[in-house]
Amino acid sequence: MTALQRLFKFHGGVKPAYNKEASTGLPIAVAPTSTRLVIPLHQSIGGMPRPMVAAGERVLKGQRIGGADGNVSSAVHASTSGTVVAVEMRLMPHTSGLSALCVVIEPDGRDEWIPRQPFDFRSATPTQTRDYLRDAGVVGLGGAVFPSYLKLNPGKQGKLDTLVLNGAECEPFITCDDLLMRERAATILDGAAIMREMLAAGQVLIGIEDNKPEAIAAMEIAARAANAAAREDAFKVVSVPTRYPAGGAKQLMRVLTGIEVPHGKRSTDYGLQCFNVGTAYAIYEAIALGQPLISRIVTVAGNVGKARNYEVLLGTPMRDIIALCGPLPDSDRVIMGGPMMGLLMPDDSVPVVKAANCVLVGSKKLFPPPPPEMPCIRCGECAKACPSDLQPFEMYWFSRAKIFGKAQEYNLFDCIECGCCAYVCPSRIPLVDYYRFAKSEIWARETEKEAADVARERYEFRLLREEREKQEKAAKLAAKTAAGREKAAVALAEAEKPAVTPEQDAKKALIAAALERARAQKEQAHPENVSNLTPEQQAEIAAIEARRAEIREMAKPHLRQDD
Amino acid sequence: MNNSPYFRQPASVQSVMLRVLLALLPGIAAYVWFFGAGILVQIALASITALAAEAAMLKLRGKPLMMFLGDGSALVTAWLIALTFPSIAPWWLTVLGTLLAIVVAKHLYGGLGQNPFNPAMVAFALMIVAYPLLMSQWPRVDATDFAVQWEAIFGNRQVLDAMTMATPLDALRTVLRDPEQRAMIGGVLGTKATFGNVGGKGWEWIAAGYFLGGLYLLQQRIITWHMPAAFLATLFVISGAFALHDPERFAGPGFQLFTGGAMLAAFFIVTDPVSGATTPKGKLIFAAGAAVLTWIIRTFGAYPDGIAFAVLLMNIAAPLIDMYTQPPVFGHKIKGDDPK
Ligand code: SF4
Ligand code: SF4
Repeated sequence: MTALQRLFKFHGGVKPAYNKEASTGLPIAVAPTSTRLVIPLHQSIGGMPRPMVAAGERVLKGQRIGGADGNVSSAVHASTSGTVVAVEMRLMPHTSGLSALCVVIEPDGRDEWIPRQPFDFRSATPTQTRDYLRDAGVVGLGGAVFPSYLKLNPGKQGKLDTLVLNGAECEPFITCDDLLMRERAATILDGAAIMREMLAAGQVLIGIEDNKPEAIAAMEIAARAANAAAREDAFKVVSVPTRYPAGGAKQLMRVLTGIEVPHGKRSTDYGLQCFNVGTAYAIYEAIALGQPLISRIVTVAGNVGKARNYEVLLGTPMRDIIALCGPLPDSDRVIMGGPMMGLLMPDDSVPVVKAANCVLVGSKKLFPPPPPEMPCIRCGECAKACPSDLQPFEMYWFSRAKIFGKAQEYNLFDCIECGCCAYVCPSRIPLVDYYRFAKSEIWARETEKEAADVARERYEFRLLREEREKQEKAAKLAAKTAAGREKAAVALAEAEKPAVTPEQDAKKALIAAALERARAQKEQAHPENVSNLTPEQQAEIAAIEARRAEIREMAKPHLRQDD
Repeated sequence: MNNSPYFRQPASVQSVMLRVLLALLPGIAAYVWFFGAGILVQIALASITALAAEAAMLKLRGKPLMMFLGDGSALVTAWLIALTFPSIAPWWLTVLGTLLAIVVAKHLYGGLGQNPFNPAMVAFALMIVAYPLLMSQWPRVDATDFAVQWEAIFGNRQVLDAMTMATPLDALRTVLRDPEQRAMIGGVLGTKATFGNVGGKGWEWIAAGYFLGGLYLLQQRIITWHMPAAFLATLFVISGAFALHDPERFAGPGFQLFTGGAMLAAFFIVTDPVSGATTPKGKLIFAAGAAVLTWIIRTFGAYPDGIAFAVLLMNIAAPLIDMYTQPPVFGHKIKGDDPK
């Protein structure tokens, strides 16, 4: 059952030092409950959940404390039982240093669950299932935190060819999926089986980078059992070559199936859907056990004495789990995620959230600041490394010159910000920062333009209305004077079609034409990238918006070199 | 504090440039062996001038001196100038050419990475237009006496007559100009196409040295195969076709590839990333175009070797070539039906 699977290659990619051994020596441990849990209401891409509890209230473990808001959103829950001591703005686990609404819980130590019961998705309608999963707060745990219920939809065909489970875990240092697969392979596949049923998927391909032989072995045993249970050979473990970013969803789908899902398209339209192995595990807990997402496996690694994976309650301050691992004295930063795409944390007090697959402690020695930036020599290394087949130096050039239209022509929005280009650049240009900056500027302009369009439309509509009112007035006047001299019947006839003097007709047509033109123009002027947005894209926009503050700051830091 | 990615591959512009210099060494060694150590004097002259000019320009432009001076790009330009100029050219010719390359072709266009034209080729083109005679005095293959070469470079040009000779390309052009002598083309080029006799004595060993260095650059992944392959293959095919058609009038591919700067151009000059095309397809077009132009100028033009002009002309076209040869982006090249 192992991989007599044909593999496809993706272009580019890099081979950074993996540094994974440090945290794979010990099994996953349960992190102790902190004295305060700070649970941000906004933990997934999409709308901001509204708080459902108030200060002073007692909550149970698994109780919903934030309700999903809008199309793309996901609920959040109390990670343990205790008392809500505040619902207030707290520092977010995000580079921006912005605060957001959080529910602060003082645990009572009893860890008392809400009543739990499995959800019978087989007898529920798809909508009911999705609502259930939304309210269970299940989101993608690979780091992208996209609400899972939106992806558990077989799309137009009503079925999928392939469900891809992403166990590639290509970022250096991170091993949470590796350990989860080693220790809880069967549960992951139970979750995958549920997903497979919901998606009416044919095969399930589990892609794992070949630097995780233990995980591959464990998953193979589980896959054999799952195949036996399903009485077909649906589950296949596929070992994929170790090369960052093999764990990018699109890269992994390409490697496993040869299909390239274009930017902005739904993978379901190509018969594919991809979930992180941790997400499959969370789905199992939500559906089969009735447990919402309240904890996750986090790798604590980097500049620490003993790196390890912990099962951590969401809301646990990062410093508490770092303390478990013996941070070294020269530690100078905390990164959420891996060294290639991770986010620098404003400090170590920020809480573990659903997106936190890794808490990486950094130091100057571990991650030295890059030497000063040199001019681009167009060596093309970045293009060789780009997994999206982009021309990074062209996008850099135009982003830097603020010629954003051109940057977009070079498919800026196909950039997945994987960092491969910046990693290889001999001139040490922080290329990704430039792309983030350009993207945020473009979104800002789009938003402004949209606002301007709305304003113009409103103005044009007002003109139209004033014109109509004038005509009506004139008609009334005409009716009145006419009524004075002529018979009532004639007046009535006049009143019925008063506005249709040829002159007025022409004017009206003119305005209508202008409006039509404006609309057509707007549609044309709309760059391809921002029309007909899928929910995924809207979510992306939301995420980018959230980064704006961060990016303003980022436009400078590489020039400062002050750390 | 920097942003992701938090660590980088330890490559640098400097290490790239140093490896390019290293790759030039076998060719230089062959040069010294056959034509004397004069070339080393030229390399030194060009290097010192280039570094001084670079430093002065950086200072004028208010750029950090050490960081840029150490990047090695000025040295690469200097060495290419020295290697394309005659090794017994008067010292000021090399100095002037290098100054023009660094000051005008590089810094007036914005410095490292910004120059639309290959600086070494700008120097060559300007100098051969301004001083055609000086630029075509090449040492004889047996006149390797260092003292004499030193004298020629630093003043006493009288010693020259005894030690210069036409390069094979020069000789070829003279012959081609004179219809009466055409029958002699075989005599000029030598009839035996054995190695050592193909591109003129000594020259093909130098070419072989450059080839070796080029292989090193390929192995180091500093250049890709596209440019050298397209340049050499195009030159081969076009000269081969014409030589087959009329061997009395056109020199064959062996000669074209191993003479003049063809091998140097294939691996070190057309491959200059700053002024050339960058997409894979663009590189093929760029190098093939340079080869066609080189052959045309060599065969029909007023100058013996057309590489400099060919490269400069292609430099002009590079942005356009890049624009029209963008490789398809991930997900934009799906074959078959686009799902609704
Ligand atoms: S790797 Fe850096 S120097 Fe090379 S082309 Fe890309 S941006 Fe320019
Ligand atoms: S960050 Fe963007 S441009 Fe750079 S390699 Fe990744 S996808 Fe390509």
